[in-house]
Amino acid sequence: MNAEKQYIDFYKEVKDTIAERSSQEMNTCREAALHTFATQGFPLPKVERYRYAKVEADFSPDYGIALTPINGPLPPHCFRIAEATPYARTLYNKVADTSDSIVALNTMLSVDTLVVHVPKGTRVEHPIQINNTLKGEQDTMVCRRILIIMEELAQADVIITDRATSQSRFLTNQVVEVVMHDGSHLSLYETEETHLLCTRYSSVFVRQGRNSTFHHTNLTLFNGHTRNRLDVQLQGEGSEVTANGCVIADKMQRVDNNTLIDHQVPNCRSNELYKYVLDDNAVGAFAGKILVREGAQKTVSKETNANLCATRSARMYTQPMLEIYADDVKCSHGSTVGQMDDAALFYMRQRGIDEKEARLLLKAAFITEVIESIPLESLRDRLHVLVDKRLRGELSKCEGCKLCQ
Amino acid sequence: MLQINNLHASINGKEILKGINLNVRDGEIHAVMGLNGAGKSTLSNVIVGHPAYEVTQGSITFNGKDILPLKPEERAHEGIFLSFQQPTEIPGVSMVNFMRAALNAKRKYQGQEPMPAGAFLKLMREKRQLVELDSKLTSRSVNEGFSGGEKKRNEIFQMAMLEPTLCILDETDSGLDVDALRVVAEGFNKLRKPETSAIVITHYQRLLDYIKPDIVHVLIDGRIVKTAGPELAIEIENRGFDWIKEEVGL
Repeated sequence: MNAEKQYIDFYKEVKDTIAERSSQEMNTCREAALHTFATQGFPLPKVERYRYAKVEADFSPDYGIALTPINGPLPPHCFRIAEATPYARTLYNKVADTSDSIVALNTMLSVDTLVVHVPKGTRVEHPIQINNTLKGEQDTMVCRRILIIMEELAQADVIITDRATSQSRFLTNQVVEVVMHDGSHLSLYETEETHLLCTRYSSVFVRQGRNSTFHHTNLTLFNGHTRNRLDVQLQGEGSEVTANGCVIADKMQRVDNNTLIDHQVPNCRSNELYKYVLDDNAVGAFAGKILVREGAQKTVSKETNANLCATRSARMYTQPMLEIYADDVKCSHGSTVGQMDDAALFYMRQRGIDEKEARLLLKAAFITEVIESIPLESLRDRLHVLVDKRLRGELSKCEGCKLCQ
Repeated sequence: MLQINNLHASINGKEILKGINLNVRDGEIHAVMGLNGAGKSTLSNVIVGHPAYEVTQGSITFNGKDILPLKPEERAHEGIFLSFQQPTEIPGVSMVNFMRAALNAKRKYQGQEPMPAGAFLKLMREKRQLVELDSKLTSRSVNEGFSGGEKKRNEIFQMAMLEPTLCILDETDSGLDVDALRVVAEGFNKLRKPETSAIVITHYQRLLDYIKPDIVHVLIDGRIVKTAGPELAIEIENRGFDWIKEEVGL
């Protein structure tokens, strides 16, 4: 329990400071969160949803813990929780899985919450961009909290970007809660472009009302260790979710995506596509469960995980899961792990494209399907460029950083 | 242009080519005929440097240069082009990106700057029209969802873009109907410069009606057992290969 102890001791020491800087609704959740975290501790690999993560090792280093409220000018429709509407504030910690100790740790230590609140019938023209830049000389842990509320028929695109601009170790523990009312549309894009010393734990919880559409794309372009969790509850008939992701990992990078799509009512659709390109000694994991509850008839669901291991030492663990308790549904799930296509490589080389470039083109081609599925054209174009740069080793990481060369 | 001396090559330890001698001069068209499994495709793969094959003996020189130490891409830059028997589909790689990468790699090898985007697209358009390749196809992924005929036409299109000096057509006629065959062959003839040489690998006379060879070789069991003029191809069409086997005592 040593890893836990440092967080518990820290919390006890600074809880008054946190309470002062924070808001009422966040403070009222802290003691319960402490209790959950203290009793459960960090999840061990025997816990199904943490099978592929090395939680204790990831949280053990001695990080300084950032207790800074949100700063900088906020985009339209964005508020610090203290300035959000009373209704928005009541939704804090209502969608997240409060029994999860990683979430509990976040609830215990988060100082502020970014609330994105799109009012009824409002269509937000420009994407809302949330930039998280990790910087500083000290090894730092950041607890980040975001609450997105889409009122009836509201529409928005939200882009969350994680970057790191200094060479310190960073640990991010992010919790995102999304409440989607009837007929709302949200596209949420997350891109990680950090560095080898960054660890990211992200937990995204979504609750969807009738005829709502949620489109999630999660891109891990550069990282150290990453564990992304996505839980979507389809609670209103006619709702639809697309959960896509792609991962480019090499060196000793580790990326774990763990998803749950919970069909609670009839006539909903879900579509899931995750693609990984792993090189060197990278380790990837994907575990995705589609749960079709009793009575959730006419569910249409498709889950695909496809992976490319470019070396023999790259490892992929894949676990697509379907659990169905209804008898009139159309569901499919599958996964593949393959190597570079030698025939395609040779074909390209015969045309004069050198081996390195040919491999690069094939890797980019493999994940292009995920990028192409992005509805936002400007982002799609930017990501094609980013993917190309990433594969060429030209992605700007921390300035002057030699870590990732 | 191309000189092959006593070439022995094997795959997975099994010897396929057992001493090939072949001399292709500038502007000549050579046909290589033979039964399935004789080593025809192995010969073309070895010339372009397929990594699965091992050359155990002999030499290949191209314009006086020993090409055996060269990588496949370097041999391509030297001017050797293989029209594949079964062109590979490469989902996700667009024809435009593929051709641009190939063309600029060659220009780099020759010490030239990359071709500007506008000029490149104009060149694509010109060459595409020359081989009557549908513009829809060049906006797709490489060979993805192409019919057999479209794939072969695409090979000739790529040849037009890269302007090689030695073209190897590996069973370009297989899987083609007569009309498609004619279009592909005519495309090839239109593109060909007087000094361009070709090795045409085929089972049948049919393709040779359109692409007229100067010299015909018969490949049996990894060796060239007979070499003659174009009349040999017609004789094979009429009589098969057995009489040749008898003649050389196989």
